[in-house]
Amino acid sequence: MTPDEIKRRLERILLKVQKPGRYVGGEYNQIVKSWQGVKTRVALVFPDIYDIGIPNLGIAILYDALNRRSDVLAERAYAPWVDMEEEMRRAGIPLYALESKHALIDFDIVGLSLPYATLYTNALNLLDLAGIPVRAQQRQDNQPLVIAGGQSTFNPEPMAAFIDAFVIGEGEMIANDIVDVHQQWRDSHTSRQDLLRALSQISGVYVPSLYEPQYHPDGTVAAIEKLYEKTPLPVVKRIVPVMPPPPTRFVVPSIGVVHNRVSIEIMRGCSRGCRFCHAGMVNRPVRERSVAQIIDAIQEALDATGFEEVALLSLSSSDYTNIVELVETIIRRFEGKNLTISLPSLRIESFSVDLLEQLKGARQGSFTLAPEAATDSMRSIINKPIASEQLLETARHIYCRGWKTIKLYFMIGHPCETLNDVKAIADLCHAVLAEGRKIIGRRANLHIGVSTFVPKPHTPFQWVACDSLENITAKQDLLRKQLHGAGLKLNWSDPKDTMLEAVLSRGDRRMAEVIYLAWKGGARLDAWQDQVNHHAWRSAYDEAGLDPCFYTHRQRPLDERLPWDHINTGVSRRFLARDFLASQEGKLRPDCRLLCHACGILPLFRDLRPHNLDSRWKCPDSISEELSPSPEDA
Amino acid sequence: MRRYRFTYQKSEALRYVGNLDLHKIWERAFRRAKLPLAYSQGFHPQPRLVQASPLPLGLTGKAELIDAWITEPLQAGNLMQKLAPVLPPGIAIHKVTAVDLSQPALPTQVHAARYGVTLLDPLPAEELQARLDELLQADSLPRRRRNKSYDLRPLIEDARLDDSAGEPGLILQLAARQGATGRADEVLDALGIPLHAARIERLQLLLG
Repeated sequence: MTPDEIKRRLERILLKVQKPGRYVGGEYNQIVKSWQGVKTRVALVFPDIYDIGIPNLGIAILYDALNRRSDVLAERAYAPWVDMEEEMRRAGIPLYALESKHALIDFDIVGLSLPYATLYTNALNLLDLAGIPVRAQQRQDNQPLVIAGGQSTFNPEPMAAFIDAFVIGEGEMIANDIVDVHQQWRDSHTSRQDLLRALSQISGVYVPSLYEPQYHPDGTVAAIEKLYEKTPLPVVKRIVPVMPPPPTRFVVPSIGVVHNRVSIEIMRGCSRGCRFCHAGMVNRPVRERSVAQIIDAIQEALDATGFEEVALLSLSSSDYTNIVELVETIIRRFEGKNLTISLPSLRIESFSVDLLEQLKGARQGSFTLAPEAATDSMRSIINKPIASEQLLETARHIYCRGWKTIKLYFMIGHPCETLNDVKAIADLCHAVLAEGRKIIGRRANLHIGVSTFVPKPHTPFQWVACDSLENITAKQDLLRKQLHGAGLKLNWSDPKDTMLEAVLSRGDRRMAEVIYLAWKGGARLDAWQDQVNHHAWRSAYDEAGLDPCFYTHRQRPLDERLPWDHINTGVSRRFLARDFLASQEGKLRPDCRLLCHACGILPLFRDLRPHNLDSRWKCPDSISEELSPSPEDA
Repeated sequence: MRRYRFTYQKSEALRYVGNLDLHKIWERAFRRAKLPLAYSQGFHPQPRLVQASPLPLGLTGKAELIDAWITEPLQAGNLMQKLAPVLPPGIAIHKVTAVDLSQPALPTQVHAARYGVTLLDPLPAEELQARLDELLQADSLPRRRRNKSYDLRPLIEDARLDDSAGEPGLILQLAARQGATGRADEVLDALGIPLHAARIERLQLLLG
């Protein structure tokens, strides 16, 4: 369907749906190029609604990187909300890109961002809405190449049937490599199979159809076999050795979205080593941008967008080496400009309060901290040691300096957790609120978010089982009973949602059938509590003959081959096992900036490691108690 | 501090952007142009921008009005030059004039607005005229909007056929006083024309 026809049909439906501004593009800083003037056309798709997708930094990075090339155009597409999907299907409008209104099926490459697993059914739905065959095998030579990347694709297997090629790791450079290979392939006029084989030769690209898993009779993975001799096994993730300058010409949405702001990544990776944390394990090594580069980027981005808010992103802001210099420079440069600067993920210490106090503008929201656990034994198990007294001390500072609301994030369902550990969460919350009461009386508020732990692939907890449904329910009941009343607000996650997340993130290739059937049965928007359709998922498991508990509630032996073992994040299985055993003994592992624990990153990326001081990774030169890396680590 | 009045067109994708969002769009354009807007006093200082009259979602505007207070004295032409390159697609400034600070607030000066309507599913001129006649001959047009009853008839100052664009369309003039504003989509609905099958443009705001 031509863009003009799509526009004509759109005009008839846009005033029937909520927030039609989501579906029209035309934002300031969108990039519209001549369709005929380029060799390769890429559609970047965030498979949730516009409001969630616009602030996504991954898409912004790729949009910028690809559109810098004169031979490429990159446009954007998002999931329509339920009402719009219905209208589009009724009017026969295929999924289209916002800039030119070309149908997605007319693009050469469709790139899906999959930062979390509850987007999987949306991805299928969008392919279907675009008229692109949902299963990779059914796509024709002239149909778009479907790529997926993002944090959830470090276990690509559940989506393997639907994706032609996965990007494992960081996308900045790989996106260009994929375009180059695609251009060469098109000039060669050979088959789609040849394209897939050529793509598999790019470092960090995983082409699932070139591999085949074998299973033991009990359903565990026996082996992953290559179907093409030159395809790599394992597939090693791609990293950028030095963080390139960040994008600054952000698309400025014409309507309000979840975050209306400039986002600048100050650091990538994390050295804390919290054992439950997927991001902390898969995004190593730690790389920082210089203060000067960050300040320049903020200025450029503010000039280019007019946004009134800046978010400085990282997994752990307090660990950014020159955090004080950064904050002080920001204040000097941007004071009095009515800006809001947010600095998330701060350590629990009074120094963080000093930092945020400098940044806080006229508007004062809440102060967020994530202690995750409330007993020392639990903290040792998850490797996030924060003394309760330190939390109380920090809370005192926060309430003293004028904040009225503290938000605390905890997690339940950690390995070896007991009801006493959970009761300690409630006690600690009461103690925090009591501090607030002493300082500002009844104006003190405490919001508590309690999520449920999911053992994620590529973490030291990848072998453990999820906590049982009965346990989770009992723990949540206990918290609900103890944490109510004036000044307290408790949020928790529905255990059914958590289990869906668990099975999707831990699944093997056979899960594809479940995802397909669930989508067919009406599942989509699984990240939306008012939309997730657990009934469709239950029917899908039954029909596919798979038991979700096999993936979620089975403690896996350390020598079991895991469905994602052929994906190498740089952190070795050997290190993860060692760290898991350390957790069982309640042993802490200190921040790896201080002492190298031989996770495997350095030997694997030895050749990429920059040597100049400015861009050095934050890995120390000294290795800890641990042996030098074994061949397996490399 | 100076006060300026901008006459501008709102079209294209911005047709689907509501009033609060439009306010933000202007605010950000001023920031990009590095034109320092004055801020209101108080606990939550807000940039001083006042639109004449909210344009309902789905309508385009040919000559919309907004007042802006700027802390620096600037030539009107200079303002236009600075803003033009940083406006999003769908906003084009036609005119900038300096306005006396003591003038009453822009919304209080508006008393009516003129609209042009084209139909995506054209109706024969006779049919349209007949529907119009019936509407205008009524003594009252009781309607409900957002659970409130009101009479649409006195808000219609003028409504007639217009075929200057080839196909028969409508020109409406509706009251736009504070607390008594006629909506073009309500008139269309009363004429049996669904909003999504029409293009409505606000042609002019009448100040008194």
